[in-house]
Amino acid sequence: MKILYFAWLRDKAGMSECEVSPPPGTATVGALIDWLAAQDECHAEVFADRSVVRFAVNQDFAEADTPVGPGDEVAFFPPVTGG
Amino acid sequence: MIRVQREVFDVGREIAALTAGNTRIGGVASFVGLVRDLGGLRSMTLEHYPGMTERQLEKIDAEAHRRWPLEASLIVHRYGRLEPGEPIVLTITASAHRQAAFDSCNFLMDWLKTEAPFWKREEGADGERWVAAREDDDEARERWRETG
Repeated sequence: MKILYFAWLRDKAGMSECEVSPPPGTATVGALIDWLAAQDECHAEVFADRSVVRFAVNQDFAEADTPVGPGDEVAFFPPVTGG
Repeated sequence: MIRVQREVFDVGREIAALTAGNTRIGGVASFVGLVRDLGGLRSMTLEHYPGMTERQLEKIDAEAHRRWPLEASLIVHRYGRLEPGEPIVLTITASAHRQAAFDSCNFLMDWLKTEAPFWKREEGADGERWVAAREDDDEARERWRETG
């Protein structure tokens, strides 16, 4: 599974992307965040306030209960500020 | 049509290209967003999510065509480092009548503000900071919610 970070989430994560293999049963974005946040202090910091984190699965906006699986591209970012 | 680019755009040239050869068009509306400096801004850097950005802009453009009888439309959004006064975004809509052009141009910007994955970072005299999302952008998007 490919993970992408944008804007200040990338600054906090210290990386723009990485490949991860969460354990079987990590079936939703919410479960993936739980698993990522438990990996290290850096990720715990990234997901410290989940109310300000938005996400996309395979380049479509997603919700916490959106399914994820191997091979998916999951992106985490703050609320958008374009235009 | 949509484009995501670093380069500056020429509004007159874009309108001319978009409307060329289509005499059914009776009205064209356009909006240009500029880098605003209310004091001390050195530059603004726009980051985006390549791939998703194009997908989202295509969806927003398609939604405008679904809602209004448009003859043509264009969204151009820039990324990278921009200085105060530089153009960031351009929306153009063309229709037989002005109201559809005005309304859909407004709609494109309201949706783009909340649906396109861009993030702004400002560089000022005291350092850099990420721009926070605005609640009134969400409210502006909500007024286009379809009822019934």
